Amino acid sequence: MGELRLMKGNEAFAEACIRAGVDAYFGYPITPQSEVLEYLMSQKPYETTGMVVLQAESEVAAINMCYGAGGAGFLPVTSSSSPGISLKMEGVSYIAGAELPLIILNVVRGGPGLGDIQPAQSDYFQATKGGGHGDYRLYVLAPSSVQEMADFVLIAKEMAFKYRNPVMILSDGIIGQMMEKVELFDPIPRRTIQEVEKQAPWATTGKKANRERNIITSLDLDPLKQEQHVYHLRDKYSQMEREDVRFEEISTEDAEYLLVAYGSSARICQKAVDLAREEGIKLGLLRAITLFPFPSKRLAELSNQVKGMLAVEMSLGQMVEDVKLAVNCRVPVEHYGRTGGVIHSPVEVLEALKSKIIK
Amino acid sequence: MAKVRGAIVVDVEKCKGCGVCVPACPQEVISLAKEVNGKGYHYAYMNKPEDCIGCANCAIVCPDGVISVYKVKLDN
Amino acid sequence: MDFKDIIKPENLVYRRSSLLTDKPFSYCPGCGHGTIHRLIMEVVEELGIQEITVGIAPVGCSVLAYEFMNMDMQQAAHGRAPALATALKRLMPDKYIFTYQGDGDLAAIGTAETIHACNRGENIIIFFVNNGIYGMTGGQMAPTTLPGMPASTCPFGRDVNIMGNPLKITELVAQLPGVHFATRQSVHTPRNVRRAKKAIQMAFEVQKNKKGTSFVEFVSNCNSGWKLSPVAANEWMEQHMFPFYPLGDIKVDGNLVTK
Ligand SMILES: Cc1ncc(C[n+]2csc(CCOP(=O)(O)OP(=O)(O)O)c2C)c(N)n1
Ligand code: SF4
Ligand code: SF4
Ligand code: SF4
Repeated sequence: MGELRLMKGNEAFAEACIRAGVDAYFGYPITPQSEVLEYLMSQKPYETTGMVVLQAESEVAAINMCYGAGGAGFLPVTSSSSPGISLKMEGVSYIAGAELPLIILNVVRGGPGLGDIQPAQSDYFQATKGGGHGDYRLYVLAPSSVQEMADFVLIAKEMAFKYRNPVMILSDGIIGQMMEKVELFDPIPRRTIQEVEKQAPWATTGKKANRERNIITSLDLDPLKQEQHVYHLRDKYSQMEREDVRFEEISTEDAEYLLVAYGSSARICQKAVDLAREEGIKLGLLRAITLFPFPSKRLAELSNQVKGMLAVEMSLGQMVEDVKLAVNCRVPVEHYGRTGGVIHSPVEVLEALKSKIIK
Repeated sequence: MAKVRGAIVVDVEKCKGCGVCVPACPQEVISLAKEVNGKGYHYAYMNKPEDCIGCANCAIVCPDGVISVYKVKLDN
Repeated sequence: MDFKDIIKPENLVYRRSSLLTDKPFSYCPGCGHGTIHRLIMEVVEELGIQEITVGIAPVGCSVLAYEFMNMDMQQAAHGRAPALATALKRLMPDKYIFTYQGDGDLAAIGTAETIHACNRGENIIIFFVNNGIYGMTGGQMAPTTLPGMPASTCPFGRDVNIMGNPLKITELVAQLPGVHFATRQSVHTPRNVRRAKKAIQMAFEVQKNKKGTSFVEFVSNCNSGWKLSPVAANEWMEQHMFPFYPLGDIKVDGNLVTK
């Protein structure tokens, strides 16, 4: 059994980065995720694993430092919260275009604009549909516990290299700030430069005499070639949809109604399922763990079983669009959720289910 | 006295006829051709080859690096 | 003796650096970008450090620098090259890392990255090509456009009351303790080319000795943007750019040069 600790979600993420053998962290302070950089600086991993940790002058600088590191085959991490993530988006698009590994944590807060510093889930569109420009996707993981804030670093690392694509961990102020018991995985040593070069023969570590030069770029002025490049990216995203969809089902075996949620909303929904079952309502929950690729196939199957679905998210309704696409009008799909940093209660969720779906 | 003589070779097809090499030559060896190369540029050539001293001034200012320079010392 | 008899391999005294690819530069005829590319590659070749050097191309006319320099390179988002370089150098402290940037890239959109990389004393070289204009996008006003100088977004000349003053960013960053070497060069005459090459050599020396940031500015021409022939552009540069951007070392060995 791994080491047990009581930690904040943000700290668990930071500790997991060190243990996962991440090569570099670049970030800029913003609530509610500043603990990531604070924790890393307190642990001084540059003295132990050699991981580089640097407070950048802005989120823009931080994401572009990540581009440099990823381009040399290293695994960089950056984290921020909503406004800072917006600022990073040009860089994220470049990193997706240049096909570099990256883990990016968004501890979402209420928006738009400066919004507030309370938890929200209103960055779903930004995470799953773009945010930056161009035809690209991020692999998006949504943790719903402090344990997953740690464990998902390992999944993110694997996916970042499997697909040479940025991976976003879409968390929120609840998961980032709350303290829970975590079982930490054992440390994995950082790769040596030789191992980096072996794993990433495309990396810019200096042109050796026995190979062509390596170039990291997202530019191709020839539109036909650029189109081919985008098709190649599309093939990676299709592969993600075939091979790496992740979700969890709770009480769906006999469910007549279904809640669909992710992250902290999924925890609230779990309680709502219990309340419903006490009243004799056969309610189930599908928790999306990957938001891209979205568990559309499973939702389509469930739409043959249930009478209706309620997408519950702390936003005006963003993920609900993906649920509707998956269900394709076979059963009614509605949205419920508080927004702007307000957290809905299990009772509110149940009431919404009754008024919008069961009727 | 040792006399120095030089010669340049211009990669005619890569020359852009910018003329930057012309004033750089202390011996006024270089002119731009009346003819053009495949890209339509009036390429540089040695108009007075016997005056070239192989100083490489032309080559080091050539933005496109299309001049190679050769030099010999002649003993009289 | 016929000149043809001189052209023999054993008499070769100058050729373009073997670290340049065969691809012809995409630059306009007479553009200083080409000369500066050549010089940097000559120095890398002479130092024998191709295998341990990584360059970073900007957004600007030199966005395709990686097509011409035969070495590992990254292409940065507009203005962000010093951020990339920071990460590369910190992860690979024994490699040589340089950025290559235009004035819009470095002194407008990327000012923050420039100043903070310099202020941290990142052990990198920043090559800065100041042609007083946005070349790539068609000759718009740059942060370095001279007062009164026309550009497509200031067709009647830069009016400093409306558009602000040109930025002497090299003097600015030279003030920062992290900067060990700051110099301003040009490459339009043989004499200037030789001096510029020495400055490039010095910058790599500083990086080798891990002394901090080297900032090497080249005042250069943009004959397309300036709407002059290449030779006339170089003359215009001497008459107008150099009085405002005087050539020479600004900081050497960590000390500001007093004139
Ligand atoms: C974020 C962003 N904004 C604007 C542009 C458009 N753009 C491309 S190059 C350039 C100016 C480059 O000028 P400079 O750095 O002076 O280099 P030069 O082309 O003169 O060598 C601009 C504004 C861009 N590519 N990206
Ligand atoms: S400087 Fe070079 S490109 Fe320009 S005319 Fe002379 S040889 Fe041709
Ligand atoms: S080598 Fe010197 S003398 Fe000969 S053409 Fe070039 S500049 Fe003139
Ligand atoms: S537009 Fe200006 S800077 Fe760009 S290649 Fe042409 S002359 Fe050079």
